[in-house]
Amino acid sequence: MKIKKNFYQFIIPFLLIFCITGQKEIHSQSWDQTLNSSKGQIVYWNAWGGDERTNSYIKWAGEQVKSRFGITVRHVKLTDTAQAVTRVIAEKAAGKHTGGSIDLIWINGENFATMKRNKLLYGPWTSNAPNYQLVDTINKKTTTIDFSVPVEGLEAPWGMAQLVFMYDSKSVSDPPKTVKELLEWSTKNKGRFTYPQPPNFLGTTFLKQVLIELIDDTSLLQKKVNPKTFVKVTTPLWDYLDIIHPKLWRSGKIFPQNGPAQHPLMDDGEIDISLSFEPSEASSLIAKGTLPNTIRTFVLKGGTVGNTSFLAIPFNSKSRQGAMVLANFLLSPEAQARKQDPEYWGNTTVLDLNKLSPHEVSWFTNIDYGVATLRPEELGNTLLEPHASWVSALEKGWLQRYSAGK
Amino acid sequence: MSLKKPLKNQKSIFRFAPLVTTILFLGPILAGLSGTLFPAFGFIPDIGEESISLAPWKELIAIPGIVDSIQLSFFTGVITTAISLTVVIIFFAGWQNTKLFFYAQRFLSPLLSVPHVTIALGLAFLLTPSGWIVRLISPWATGFIRPPDIIILQDAEGLSLIFGLVIKEIPFLFLMTMAAINQVNVKANCNIARTLGYRPVMAWLKTVLPLIYPQIRLPIFAVIAYSSSTVDVAMVLGPTTPPTLAVQLVKWFYDPDINMHYIASAGALVQLLIVIIAIIFWRFCEFILFNLGNKTLNKGSRGRSDAHFRIFAAIALLTGFCFALLSLLGMALWSLTISWRFPSSFPESLSISTWIDRIIQLESAFLNTLSVGLLSTFISLIMVISCLESEANSEHKVSNRFRLLIYLPLLVPQIAFLFGTQIFFIIMGVDGSWLAVAFCHFIFVLPYVFLSLEETYRSLDDRYRRIAICLGSSYFKFMLRIKLPLLLKPILIAFAVGFAVSVSLYLPTLFAGAGRFETLTTEAVSLAASGNRRIIGTYALMQMLLPFIAFLLATNITKLIYGQQYKKTTFNDQP
Repeated sequence: MKIKKNFYQFIIPFLLIFCITGQKEIHSQSWDQTLNSSKGQIVYWNAWGGDERTNSYIKWAGEQVKSRFGITVRHVKLTDTAQAVTRVIAEKAAGKHTGGSIDLIWINGENFATMKRNKLLYGPWTSNAPNYQLVDTINKKTTTIDFSVPVEGLEAPWGMAQLVFMYDSKSVSDPPKTVKELLEWSTKNKGRFTYPQPPNFLGTTFLKQVLIELIDDTSLLQKKVNPKTFVKVTTPLWDYLDIIHPKLWRSGKIFPQNGPAQHPLMDDGEIDISLSFEPSEASSLIAKGTLPNTIRTFVLKGGTVGNTSFLAIPFNSKSRQGAMVLANFLLSPEAQARKQDPEYWGNTTVLDLNKLSPHEVSWFTNIDYGVATLRPEELGNTLLEPHASWVSALEKGWLQRYSAGK
Repeated sequence: MSLKKPLKNQKSIFRFAPLVTTILFLGPILAGLSGTLFPAFGFIPDIGEESISLAPWKELIAIPGIVDSIQLSFFTGVITTAISLTVVIIFFAGWQNTKLFFYAQRFLSPLLSVPHVTIALGLAFLLTPSGWIVRLISPWATGFIRPPDIIILQDAEGLSLIFGLVIKEIPFLFLMTMAAINQVNVKANCNIARTLGYRPVMAWLKTVLPLIYPQIRLPIFAVIAYSSSTVDVAMVLGPTTPPTLAVQLVKWFYDPDINMHYIASAGALVQLLIVIIAIIFWRFCEFILFNLGNKTLNKGSRGRSDAHFRIFAAIALLTGFCFALLSLLGMALWSLTISWRFPSSFPESLSISTWIDRIIQLESAFLNTLSVGLLSTFISLIMVISCLESEANSEHKVSNRFRLLIYLPLLVPQIAFLFGTQIFFIIMGVDGSWLAVAFCHFIFVLPYVFLSLEETYRSLDDRYRRIAICLGSSYFKFMLRIKLPLLLKPILIAFAVGFAVSVSLYLPTLFAGAGRFETLTTEAVSLAASGNRRIIGTYALMQMLLPFIAFLLATNITKLIYGQQYKKTTFNDQP
């Protein structure tokens, strides 16, 4: 025992010196150096794990970087990305400034804003990753502005998302084209529509969509929430929800807890319209037998809310080189093409196809999008996410009004 | 004299076992509670808050629906316990020593080993308006071509949650009562009462219940604590607007807004209070019923026809059992299903593709579950045997205070101290490690191992020891060659019980594992929200199989080792 203790007393100062010098070097490391030092690292990738398709994709990516770069990826399946944020906060609280337990987080919006604000992120680092040069930062504005918070190289864009609606064409012949029409439809078809319970992001996105369509001055949404006028400007939203809730599935007393929880409801015929953040989700679920083949997708006339999801590295990550190599691989045309294929996932790429070789482009053009997927040109306008501060304000407002089960 | 001295030294290594156990046990719980207490008053050093304030409490009270959540937790705890206990007691009173009772005992024990959340997941599919029961009777009996939009599951009153909990608590209380009753001569008591003209149920209630109740009181309190603070079951069967307090707390502990941690800590103390008040309330009801009981006891009323009581208890027990069985069957079917749409009674097509797709992901969860379960149970078993041996070597029985300590992890709501324990683990630098999870499991496994082994261990005839020592055997030789082999079967069963508990632990795995340690249970709960029953089915089945195999091994291994001889030596107690 004693020898052991002395040993640690002896070795710890050296370890600390290594840590400090190692940290200084890292910013000036070239990509080759990053590749070298990443070998043999274990990357704890914290990513929402509630969907088996994304889980399998992550598993595939892990196998690829294992065989190509010798990096081991462990997928930490979160039920809520906030768990990872909490974890980093707890580690900072416990004074753990190196050797943290998280290396990469699948993140965006409010969670990113929190981490950026509290200086819990490593970086800027994305411009060091070679494949970041292929990202379409011009037409896909959301790759550089995350819920109106500038990204500033602290997170790498990973996938595009846009709100779409799934519907069962067996029972819905003429899907609604605006949120007002959705209200009319719900009134006629009581109990056949619902949305995930906020603060689930998909549920909150529905609130944003309604707010964008009903608010008088949409420019307010791109600014920070003004607590003084919040109630007044959001009144149309709450009025809308007050009317639609009694017409929802289970009369708005129970809500599905997340996006995938709507799938069995669609499959069982409990509901006819549900929400998704991935245009090709319906097709891939039909292919798996999880949804009936009568399901189709629609968007609203004035466009729907869209955003980008990102990959970020916490400030105290133990294997940040490994995390960067993994992120770079995830941005490669090969990984992005597989991600866009509904057979594996069906998530739209962040890359600019004009920057790719014809051979690489063919990977994207050869994808079979399936029966229920709208083509990129059919998706219509992408509406910008409101400023990140709206998320918690809307969630709080919703919880105050509806969480006590009236 | 010279012979006795080394003997004493050998024995004395067990003397400190209760103390060591207590420290290993109480340490993390106390550290955890303090880690919850300080933030509840706005005190988290290192994040910059170093003053004490009541702000978290004010904010907690202001949270919409908080009163509903608190009420829900309280009543879920009390009502679940009241129903489960009533069914068990009346069933014992009405059916003990009958064939039905024998079967009940036989079939309820395996149910105990199935994790709560497995049953809950199966029950969710059974009960929902598009679920199996409605499918079986649709459309021919109900006319439903599409599922009706009615609330059965996740009702705001928490009835479906209570139902799910009752199904699992009945087997627990049943076996606890069974253990207590072995020390009472039921037949003699009841026979005397019967000859005095008491009806069977009344005879049991008046002569046996008063003797065993004090012994099942702690298990009852454990049921109260568990039911009012469960997270995993409430996430599946409980209401969502608002959910029970414990479910809210987990959400707040994981909120990115640091402020919510203070509120969550305050809420965790409220959860502790709920359990304490529920237990006090239970004691109060006990007191009233005890006085009423005393009056009827003195009045000597013999009771009228009690057939309907007996039938009620049998039906209740049987219903619970059937629901549990159908739940598990439904999950097993789903794991083999590609599509199974309303209103088909059975899947349209079966395939093992889900299993093949999942096998690798299942593998790591499976290995984690297995290794943590084996280690934590093994250590628990060593500690328990040491404690019991130290008791056997001393003059007095294990004190009531020690028993209460052993029960502490079952009485203190997990959420009240696990967050604090997590901080403790982070400071030690072991959070998220396999060892931290195994240690956390140990805290919850040990009580069950102790409960399972305690009676049989004590009841081993002391003359074995005396004879062995008279024949010149050393103490260790006696332990290894005689005592432990004689007790092998109960020891293995205690092991299986402990292992089953470890498999089912959700919150301790989540917190000690830093959310990144996946076991079958954490995976099942995180997938539960997604509602993909095919995958949930595979995890549920694995969760069910692991403890089942453990029990199968436990009950058969002795036969394999000792053959028929074992049976003869252990149970041939005639002088």
